[in-house]
Amino acid sequence: MSPGDVSRALRRIAHEILERNKGADDLVVLGIPTRGVALAKRLVAVMEEVEGRPVPVGALDVTMHRDDLRRQPTRSPMHTDIPPSGIDDKVVVLVDDVLYSGRTVRAALDALSDLGRPRAVRLAVLVDRGHRDLPIRADHVGKNLPTSSSERVQVRLSEHDGVDDEVRIAGGEHR
Amino acid sequence: MSALLITGADLAGSGAQDLLVEDGVITEVGSLGGAKGQRHWDVLDADGLVALPGLVDLHTHLREPGREDAETIASGSAAAAVGGYTAVLAMANTNPVTDTAEAAERVFDLGRAAGLVDVQPVGAVTKGLAGEELAELGLMHRSRAGVRVFSDDGRCVSDARVMRRALEYVRAFGGVVSQHAQDPHLAGSSACCHEGELSGRLGLPGWPGIAEETIVARDVMLARHTGSRVHVAHVSTAGSVEVVRWAKAQGIDVTAEVTPHHLVLTTDLLAGYDPTFKVNPPLRPQEDVDALRAALADGTIDAVATDHAPHARHDKEHAFVDAAFGMLGLETALSVVSDTMVRTGRLDWAGVARVMSANPARIAGLGDHGQPLAVGSPANITLVDPTARVTVDRSASLSLSRNNPWHGRTLQGAVQATVLRGRVTAQKGALA
Amino acid sequence: MTTMLNTPAASAATGGRRHLLSIADLDTAQIRTLLDTAAEMHGVQQREVKKLPTLRGRTVVNLFFEDSTRTRSSFELAGKWLSADVINISGKGSSTSKGESLRDTVLTVAAMGVDALVIRHGASGAAQQVSQWVDAHVINAGDGTHEHPTQALLDAYTMERRLGSLEGRHVAIVGDLTHSRVVRSNLLCLRRLGARITLVAPPTLMPAGIASWAAADGFDLSNDLDAVLPTVDAVMMLRVQRERMSGGFFPTPREYTVGYGLTRDRLNALVAANPDAVICHPGPMNRGLEIAADAADGAQSLILDQVSAGVAVRMSVLYHLLSGEEGSAQ
Repeated sequence: MSPGDVSRALRRIAHEILERNKGADDLVVLGIPTRGVALAKRLVAVMEEVEGRPVPVGALDVTMHRDDLRRQPTRSPMHTDIPPSGIDDKVVVLVDDVLYSGRTVRAALDALSDLGRPRAVRLAVLVDRGHRDLPIRADHVGKNLPTSSSERVQVRLSEHDGVDDEVRIAGGEHR
Repeated sequence: MSALLITGADLAGSGAQDLLVEDGVITEVGSLGGAKGQRHWDVLDADGLVALPGLVDLHTHLREPGREDAETIASGSAAAAVGGYTAVLAMANTNPVTDTAEAAERVFDLGRAAGLVDVQPVGAVTKGLAGEELAELGLMHRSRAGVRVFSDDGRCVSDARVMRRALEYVRAFGGVVSQHAQDPHLAGSSACCHEGELSGRLGLPGWPGIAEETIVARDVMLARHTGSRVHVAHVSTAGSVEVVRWAKAQGIDVTAEVTPHHLVLTTDLLAGYDPTFKVNPPLRPQEDVDALRAALADGTIDAVATDHAPHARHDKEHAFVDAAFGMLGLETALSVVSDTMVRTGRLDWAGVARVMSANPARIAGLGDHGQPLAVGSPANITLVDPTARVTVDRSASLSLSRNNPWHGRTLQGAVQATVLRGRVTAQKGALA
Repeated sequence: MTTMLNTPAASAATGGRRHLLSIADLDTAQIRTLLDTAAEMHGVQQREVKKLPTLRGRTVVNLFFEDSTRTRSSFELAGKWLSADVINISGKGSSTSKGESLRDTVLTVAAMGVDALVIRHGASGAAQQVSQWVDAHVINAGDGTHEHPTQALLDAYTMERRLGSLEGRHVAIVGDLTHSRVVRSNLLCLRRLGARITLVAPPTLMPAGIASWAAADGFDLSNDLDAVLPTVDAVMMLRVQRERMSGGFFPTPREYTVGYGLTRDRLNALVAANPDAVICHPGPMNRGLEIAADAADGAQSLILDQVSAGVAVRMSVLYHLLSGEEGSAQ
């Protein structure tokens, strides 16, 4: 995906979210670190432009809820920032860059359940690369990118990585 | 008893000779080559070996009676024999304490029964080592054990008046007090690490050198005042060496001993909190080690004494401050002295004979030991291979205990055989 | 700096490290990571559901040979809020019972199948020795007068939250330095974070060899609290440990307070010189002896913050030691 592809996809997703929710009421957008946070902020910027009102945005780190901790070197938890309005009875939109096995999202759902009780949880991702291990699906997808499990999907975002936005499959061509 | 012919031994470094031993006495010295094979002689080929008079240890803990799980007189004797010793002085801090004639005779008899080394009991200076009242020093002397050396080792005779009386009292029969110099107010019972930067960093209670030096200084002045002999056990600091040197220059009758471990090991080894290196007095910094080596070489320190201190495993496997003090030493002493003093040229083999046999025998009043290897001397002989390199394996030990600080080290020089009154007690690291 | 007999080396990241025995085990980056994670853990403490599933199925034993309700309950909460199974075992008396060594006691506990042993012992070096006898991860919760690494971490964390970066800050540590494990750990930790340290005590309460230690490690010494106070960003008062004090280290408590206590007058002088200065104390306090009530309870005091930080810091330590793959260290 080129920078233009990324920006168009995000714009579309933002509109989809607002459409599904019939506006911005009770929306809380939480990005999953690291790049999900930048994506969440971009989505919210579009939504605020469209609706003309602030939309709560934050971050939800899932490190402590992962199911594969014992199989990896220890990772430091990143920052969790829940907006002051909380998540109880809200419509939480989780945002991540790549949806793959679904385990990150499962961990996010666990983390959310410790923080409160949302009315609903939706998932928006920039890329869905398939190969789900768990029954998890995204409500909003920027691009479907079928991959083989030996390939890697690399996402770069300008505010996070300091280069132009792009999505590429490692070793593969620019799509 | 059949005769023993020892051939080709370098006599205390003065040249290769043969020694003929009959009925426990050296009867001939010289080139006896032609006589080899005569009669029914046992022959011990000592080609390439150095012959020393049998080693004498002024300071050993045999733990019996009371802690036979750590060592017995029999096992300690075995370790001593393998280490080249023909006589050891067994310290009095057993349980019960050796503070009566009966207790001394008991230790003496057990040593005789084991028959591997002459075990000479040391008598306590004070009853129960409490430091208050003199023990029955005279009765211990008159007993079968013939005690001549008295020590409260483990504890210091810290009361100056008690020490004075003890020094005066033993003069009557040529006895000597061996002082464990440790002022309890400067270094209490929990003191376990040389007081210095390391003890500060490690948070271990410090044992400052002055706790030893002030007692040594006091005791040599007392000895001068009373006209008595005094012996300083396990000297560990340069300061103590200075005091002893001064005292000897004054003509004061003071003698001093140093342990093999204080000639080599330093306080830095405590950084890992390994109780193997916990000992009293503690290991000191390199400056003190250097001063002790120089003092042993120049005669300020008269003798090497092991302070062999066996401990059962569970007494050492505690936090450092709680662990028992002490290291094994009988089996490794000669190798350590050979490696650190002879190999480096600080001392020759005649010097080793002096500090590990002649001087300790003289200080202890053991007339049968420490005699020069000459016709008429009792045949107490230690044969050493000066070039053998041994890597110390703590599990290969005749002691019942395993608290060995030398484990894994390679040392040059090893005892090859030990002869006690003409009988070979140990050969090549095993009992004969 | 003496080389500590180190346990198997950690991987470059914090994962894979087996033990926390001394602050010397951690480099600056690792301290930073632990403190950052502690900040996240602190967030958990504010929630209604103070629970993370992260250490579910892991077993942590608090093996305390010395009483310390504060440290022990702090570790207990830390473990439980991470969903670990935590039990407290008092080791008092068992080491001294006939024939049982410290090693026996510890091996018996570890044989139950323990993932982490949090050890508090009255003997310096005990934690390090224990780490050589067991397979479990060992956390030093205070060993004699040697170290108290989690205390130093929470002190640093608390100070950072109030003062920001500790780089270039001047910290004074005042009191019974000889018998304090807190000072040894804090010296190492604060210096790694770039702070300048002055130790203040009467000469008799400074450890042996402190002058060469100070020269080697780059910190200052002073016997004059009044000269040092106006120059500091933080002052850490140490408890005067009466129970360790059989040895005539100073004449009377009264003389100690006049010379080295953070009295109300000194508090005023401190605030006048630096209104943002903070006051710490590892607790428990001897109010009126080393620290006046006004100083302990005033706006400068971080003492209660230190307590609350303790659980977060210990959660961070437990997490970084116990999660992550086993076997990356030997």
